[in-house]
Amino acid sequence: MTFKIGVVTFPGTLDDRDAQRAVRLAGGEAVPLWHADENLHKVDAVILPGGFSYGDYLRCGAIAAQAPVMDSIIKAANGGLPVLGICNGFQVLVESHLLPGGLIRNEKQHFICRDQTLVVENVNTPWTNQFTLNEEIVIPLKNGEGGYIATDETLKRLEGEGLIAFRYKDVNPNGSMHDIAGLRNERGNVVGLMPHPEHAVEAGFGPDMPGTMRSGVDGLKFFTSVLNSLVNA
Amino acid sequence: MALFKKKKPEFVPSGVDTTANAAVTPDKELPYAQLGLKDDEYARIQEILGRRPTASELAMYSVMWSEHCSYKSSKIYLRQFGEKVTDEMKKDLMVGMGENAGVVDIGEGWAVTFKVESHNHPSYIEPFQGAATGVGGIVRDILTMGARPIAVMDQLRFGAPENPDTARVVHGVVDGISFYGNCLGLPNIGGETVFDKVYQGNPLVNALSVGALRHEDLKLAKASNPGDLVILFGARTGADGIGGVSVLASETFDSTGPSRRPAVQVGDPFAEKVLIECCLELYHAQVVAGIQDLGGAGISCATSELASNGGAGMRVQLQHVLKRDESLTPEEILMSESQERMMGIVPKKHLKAFEAIVNKWEVEYSVIGEVINEDRLYINWGEEEIVNVPPRTVAHDGPVYERPVAYPAYQDALNANTVHVAANGNGLHRHNDNGSELAAQLVQIVSSPNQADKGWITDQYDRYVGGNTALAQPDDSGMIRVDEKSGLGIALATDANGRYCYLDPYQGAKLALAEAYRNVAVGGARPMAVTNCLNFGSPENPEVMWQFKQATAGLADGCLELGIPVTGGNVSFYNQTGDVAIHPTPVVGVLGVIDDVARRIPSAWQDEGNNIYLLGVTKDELDGSVWSEVIHGHLGGRPPVVDLAFEKQLAEAIAAASEQGLIASAHDLSEAGLAQAVVECSLRFGMGARIWLGEICERDNVDRTAALFS
Repeated sequence: MTFKIGVVTFPGTLDDRDAQRAVRLAGGEAVPLWHADENLHKVDAVILPGGFSYGDYLRCGAIAAQAPVMDSIIKAANGGLPVLGICNGFQVLVESHLLPGGLIRNEKQHFICRDQTLVVENVNTPWTNQFTLNEEIVIPLKNGEGGYIATDETLKRLEGEGLIAFRYKDVNPNGSMHDIAGLRNERGNVVGLMPHPEHAVEAGFGPDMPGTMRSGVDGLKFFTSVLNSLVNA
Repeated sequence: MALFKKKKPEFVPSGVDTTANAAVTPDKELPYAQLGLKDDEYARIQEILGRRPTASELAMYSVMWSEHCSYKSSKIYLRQFGEKVTDEMKKDLMVGMGENAGVVDIGEGWAVTFKVESHNHPSYIEPFQGAATGVGGIVRDILTMGARPIAVMDQLRFGAPENPDTARVVHGVVDGISFYGNCLGLPNIGGETVFDKVYQGNPLVNALSVGALRHEDLKLAKASNPGDLVILFGARTGADGIGGVSVLASETFDSTGPSRRPAVQVGDPFAEKVLIECCLELYHAQVVAGIQDLGGAGISCATSELASNGGAGMRVQLQHVLKRDESLTPEEILMSESQERMMGIVPKKHLKAFEAIVNKWEVEYSVIGEVINEDRLYINWGEEEIVNVPPRTVAHDGPVYERPVAYPAYQDALNANTVHVAANGNGLHRHNDNGSELAAQLVQIVSSPNQADKGWITDQYDRYVGGNTALAQPDDSGMIRVDEKSGLGIALATDANGRYCYLDPYQGAKLALAEAYRNVAVGGARPMAVTNCLNFGSPENPEVMWQFKQATAGLADGCLELGIPVTGGNVSFYNQTGDVAIHPTPVVGVLGVIDDVARRIPSAWQDEGNNIYLLGVTKDELDGSVWSEVIHGHLGGRPPVVDLAFEKQLAEAIAAASEQGLIASAHDLSEAGLAQAVVECSLRFGMGARIWLGEICERDNVDRTAALFS
């Protein structure tokens, strides 16, 4: 059967069509979800894509976290529905308290777009099960407010309980504490990260790889992972 | 209808000048000169109206007849872009010059619209907002044609890096573009950045946008069906941008009238992103009969152009405009350049559907008037009529000037001062026999501000959003996939070389065209259309007008020779401080099409063991070169001779070789010649090369300096 993966569009969302394409390329069915509609249309998983929801006014992701669709997503996530937050989606997850900590302006105060190497540090989630532990992957990163911060206590817990899903390798592009690029929740169903896996799913349009222009497709495994987890559920 | 029966205006600013008032007070003096109108222009307005204009009418005419809106100094030269064309060149042209942007047919039912525009003056005053709204404005032009915007590029020119003011402008401009473009979700796929002290007091900030549409979705800015509603939607109208074209800034307009307002617009990219999605949904539902964006000259421009283009008239109730500030006067509302607004022409039967879509996107709107079957634009303020004009006289029948033209007094001496005679007749020194000196020059050149990697700028722009970017900086062109099934795509490149244009504006414009053309071809695309942004000094200076005349002739002749039409563009005059004008800087953009972007040619070396070929002949052409600038601080002589017939052959050869899969990578040689190209090709993937200059020197009869840097 084909699994349905919901992709939420808030006003100001930019990467929704890219996330839908990634789902299709992985073999799933992408279902658009609208911010003002509480109905999740029986999807099997949800992606909160990147962009500038509500213009990033107030604080990135803060207004989106209050949208009607988020009420349903928070409930469903607490019940085990796989949820992936990418960039602005990660910020929304943090603002919704589905993941701990906060995201602040990049250390160097500029928006940055680069092909970023990450280490996958946790493969026990529906979004990472196709990776091998400590696998190095390259996917694009593009954000202005991607500096991850948390209290010492939270950082200690994240490290101790193995909740750091991705860490920046070689370059920490935004001053994130502990080089944190992405997190999972305790249950593992909710994953958020700043870099963009949906921009590394199709050869010719992905990041540069050593010696081959725009050929990176490491991001595709996020989407095949969730389909795989649904098959085995 | 209810629009005009309103009993009492909500707010009556003192001294609203009505048409009735104008008819009975013919002698009232109006500050037309402060608004930039000449005596004879004012006389013509009186002649058109048969009375003196009202304050609102004067405001409209002054802004629409400004150089920026009317092209009054450039019009006679721009005509040749429409005249020097063959039927073959027009074959794929769906919409030519004069509309918001040109549209070309790229096949498979797809069309592409693209245009480049200047935002130079606002970007010097307020770099962040100036550059941001430059992006916003050009994207709305593309949206207005019925297209989904799919990419942006920027052409930037700044003063000398060591001047302290340059940092203010550079960082403000780059932050502004990054802020606005990234938030719109449009990949930034390339552009230019040049530093030169001639741009110190006049930085150039040009913005290009490109959009794609299905043929049947083409929209035009016209109001032709009487009874259709005129609806203003998007952001509310505020006091920002008033005086962007020098109107109403004058206290003498009315002693109780408007105070000075900020002249630079303020942008909200979130509002524009929502507006884009909202408009595309309106187009899809086929509920708008015509559409126009609001940029320079605001409501004055949108109402008069829609009516004039549609051959109809319009009746507008200005009090129905949604405002951010209730104290705005009618003149200010007419002139406001508030961003993120659109004017739609909506048949009454589609009003409900229109409302449903704008409400879904939470976009505000108000019905401000209707189309009428009369050649008249009536604007009311409550019950008072404040504008009553033939729309065409405002929008299209502005003055046309044939400004004096003079061959520059400095030109002959400049051209005589070649690299061969400079340095007291000895010629600029060349280290042909000293390898380590040549190597040092190479390092000095490739690490100079204009030649060094521009990643520090482009890494602040999102090049991935949309998932269709096949080429972007640092490649020679930007390339975007248009059709995800077939792989059909477009390539875009822009170029201008102010140094070459200063030496010879005719050849310089051709050289810019040739380079942009080559940049598109070298990526594997077939060049097919041209846009331009002509940045010059004051048209009131006859020597500047000579430069303009030469450059436009060069560009038009070049396009004819290459067989690709100019589809539109923009002119920016008055880029000068005191008597010092910028170098003439005609930015030329070339659009190409590629049947499958998978076939595109990378610009950098990826695989070991491949052979490197240099196509074309190297000549000793170092006048105006980067070598003469960086190593010797020299500018004189004549620019390289451009051979467009050979350029065309080269493009065809690359296309054929690409189709047969013979080329692993290709890069064009331009500024700083072979040396720069080789360095760029090898740095990207860390792939070195061994180059033998001897063969080039022998075959083309040039010395090592020319072989490396020509």
